[in-house]
Amino acid sequence: MSEHHVVSWKVYLAVFLALCALTVITVQVTGHDFGPFNLVVALGVAITKATLVVLYFMHARYSPKLTGIVIASSLVFFAILVFLLLTDYLSRPWPLVAAG
Amino acid sequence: MAEVGAQAHGTHHPALQHHFTSLEQQREASSLGMWVFIAQEVLFFGGLFAAYTVYRSMYPDAFSAGSHHLSWKVGFANTLVLIGSSLTMALGVYSAAIGKKNRVVGFILATILLGSVFLSVKYFEYGEKIRPCFGDGAHTGCLVPGARFDASALHLEGPEAGHAQIFFSLYFGMTGLHALHMIIGVPILLVIAHAAWRGRYSPEYHTPVEIVGLYWHFVDIVWIFLFPLLYLIGSH
Repeated sequence: MSEHHVVSWKVYLAVFLALCALTVITVQVTGHDFGPFNLVVALGVAITKATLVVLYFMHARYSPKLTGIVIASSLVFFAILVFLLLTDYLSRPWPLVAAG
Repeated sequence: MAEVGAQAHGTHHPALQHHFTSLEQQREASSLGMWVFIAQEVLFFGGLFAAYTVYRSMYPDAFSAGSHHLSWKVGFANTLVLIGSSLTMALGVYSAAIGKKNRVVGFILATILLGSVFLSVKYFEYGEKIRPCFGDGAHTGCLVPGARFDASALHLEGPEAGHAQIFFSLYFGMTGLHALHMIIGVPILLVIAHAAWRGRYSPEYHTPVEIVGLYWHFVDIVWIFLFPLLYLIGSH
């Protein structure tokens, strides 16, 4: 990894167009009621867009492995945060104020 | 890395600091440092996203009503503006890597312009929610959480109206923290554009352009999640 990788501007343009298309898709899907599937699509599209930005705009694809480890660790800790929070909140009767 | 030994003291690249053996090692160290900062930012915003997850799962109807009140068209247009600013930022870094000085300045200024358009739109979006809260009248349309919050425009009553205040607390908190990151990013971009204009960067050394690029793209990613989660709940 001593060679500094330069990506063609065409790649950036292609990623930009893909991001625009995905933004249009996520708005279009909102126009229809698919129940819980709407949220799945919204998050799926957002994760796809974020991945494109990280891999190409932020050069993660051409970066040292250590960069990948840092990215992965941030996601793991965010997952721990949300998972433990939800195991707590979703296992309680709600609203708590009604009991008092 | 092979020519490290050949770089005698005094003949190395002026941007190379003495505690690094090569420009490449210096660049990777700087980049890694920025990635660690971004990992910290993920958890900084993560707390708000986690709060959002908990409250949306508890009050889906109030969140849906609050989201419907936001203009998805404005959010959509602003998303395209911000993605565009990420493109100009990426092209600015690319221009630095191939040594096109004037293009670096141009693309960074374009990034600043698009970022400013985004912030201006946000200013008007905030304004229409905050302005009704002032004065002595009925505060119709006031969407700032608190005593003057008015849920009539959301068609909500009773406890649901209170739950909508949580949606707007998160709306202002999350978009506000995002906007703050952009407000911090713009002057940093100005400094980088100035340094580029003075010819400080070259294909061998343009790490500051890359680093500010990483920051700007991260802020773009935050918005990529904020847009569907705040503006596109339920069907329109």
